[in-house]
Amino acid sequence: MKTVGRIMDLPLVRQSDGLRTFITASWLGWQIESNWADPLLFAIYSIARPLAGVMILVVMYSVVTGGAGPEPVFAYIYLGNALYILVGQVITGVSWAVISDREHYRTLRQLYTTPMNGYFYLMGRGVSKLIIAGISVLIVVGIGKIFFHLPLNFAAINWPLFFASTALGIISLAALGLILGSMTMMMARHFWSLGDAVAGGLYLFSGAIFPLDVLPAALRPIGFIFPVTYWLEAARRALLGPQAALFPTFARFSNASLVGILIVFGLVLIVFSSFFYRWSLHRAKEKGLIDMETAY
Amino acid sequence: MNDTGIYKAKGFQLFWRTAWARAYPRIVGTFRERSWLFFETLLPVLGTAAYVFVYRAINAPPDYTGFVVVGGAMIAFWLNILWNMASQLYWDKDMGNLELYIISPGPVMAILMGMAIGGLVMSGTRALIILTVSTFLFGVTYQTGSLPLLGAVFLVTMAALYGMGMMFASLFLVSGREAWHISNLLQEPVYLVSGFYFPVKAIGFWGAAAASLIPLTLGLDAIRQLLFTGDPTLGFLPVGMELGILAVLAVIFINGARLALARLEEIGRREGRLIERRR
Repeated sequence: MKTVGRIMDLPLVRQSDGLRTFITASWLGWQIESNWADPLLFAIYSIARPLAGVMILVVMYSVVTGGAGPEPVFAYIYLGNALYILVGQVITGVSWAVISDREHYRTLRQLYTTPMNGYFYLMGRGVSKLIIAGISVLIVVGIGKIFFHLPLNFAAINWPLFFASTALGIISLAALGLILGSMTMMMARHFWSLGDAVAGGLYLFSGAIFPLDVLPAALRPIGFIFPVTYWLEAARRALLGPQAALFPTFARFSNASLVGILIVFGLVLIVFSSFFYRWSLHRAKEKGLIDMETAY
Repeated sequence: MNDTGIYKAKGFQLFWRTAWARAYPRIVGTFRERSWLFFETLLPVLGTAAYVFVYRAINAPPDYTGFVVVGGAMIAFWLNILWNMASQLYWDKDMGNLELYIISPGPVMAILMGMAIGGLVMSGTRALIILTVSTFLFGVTYQTGSLPLLGAVFLVTMAALYGMGMMFASLFLVSGREAWHISNLLQEPVYLVSGFYFPVKAIGFWGAAAASLIPLTLGLDAIRQLLFTGDPTLGFLPVGMELGILAVLAVIFINGARLALARLEEIGRREGRLIERRR
């Protein structure tokens, strides 16, 4: 809390409602996520699910091929699944903040009586999920390198492409999470499943764990309307370099065009999510849904 | 009927009426409010489809598509166990229903039984839809063995599984926020060790043997052996042996639920935690 206090005292932060809300919400989110267990149990909990998820794919692959190896398609599947941990956590993290504040802690009405910036509050609540997911990705990729001989050469990784595409991808994901969080404010049923439904859809259509070429031709275009598809492709190329499996669907995209597309997606989604959040908040207040406790 | 003209059930009738009263909202809710169809069948179909396409990407034999489809359908039961059985008494405590259960004359064990019956109908409906849709979408063909044996395996698996759910419900009753986190934790790791997306023998004998404590491991393995008879090397253990182990697990878990409920109810009452609400 001392560190948070120091950050809050910085002149830039003191002048900005949005930044103060964002930092406080990030700290609150971290406390909610982590303070129910001792650090060791929390670490096991945080890593067990993503690790099991990637191990399912490793076993599937080894059952069919007779042993997981360093073939390009294995690296494609493994890294795609590892990076996708961020997608699920960030997207669902923001919408879950609405659910837990409204239904579980029942504090949403109190929150909206404070002078906070709601948009930045929800963004901040997603940060803890981002941190946990980031650590999980690092561990899962590390395990892949050590135990499954992923062809990762740290000297050969295109770091600028990796960091640029990942930063842009996360911005788009946060905006998508905000849109889902805004929708959650207006929903009385099935809000539990909304984040999972979108994350599940993206898992299928973004080519996270199989190349888009495997999808039936009629479904392939769906993948191109999501930023996640471009981010995963760019991040895989950055990490694997010439070892990356290239499939016809993305062969015509250069690295620069992937980054360009991600910039456009990021800008559009941030602007849209900001308007959509305001509209949803107004509608939730107008319909009396803002502090609804459905017990659904 | 007593002096007041109100019928009062006793003994087994009280047990059965209590169980039915708890099962009723789940069964009726399944058919009355159909909006769940979109979220609770589409979502698992999407997940199942992703794994089917992984197998296609690595040129797996067609039977593997069937393995994923059957595993994907069975996930409905496991999620029901975690979220609508194990965590249910914790939710009920949070919402204030548990105290009503406790002060009513109906046995709490009957409430657990009702939750199980209702949950079985609810998730059975979901599983059937997921299985039908996925089978149609991916053109899965089954080479079935003995259908009566298949029916027996399914029923005994469900008895063991829901017995386990009833036992978990009692154990989770004394948990706080941990209940939610434990349920969350028991998803992907269980999909992995129970072989939801591949034959469980792939994780090795001892791994599969340890995972057999979860009834779906052996149940799913036996169901796959009976649905895909074309591959005699598929199974972890012979179907008859798996059926026997599942029957033993059913007895252990249902009795375990009864003992755990009595013990934890007593601890909860003594420590004043039975109806406390912590957030």
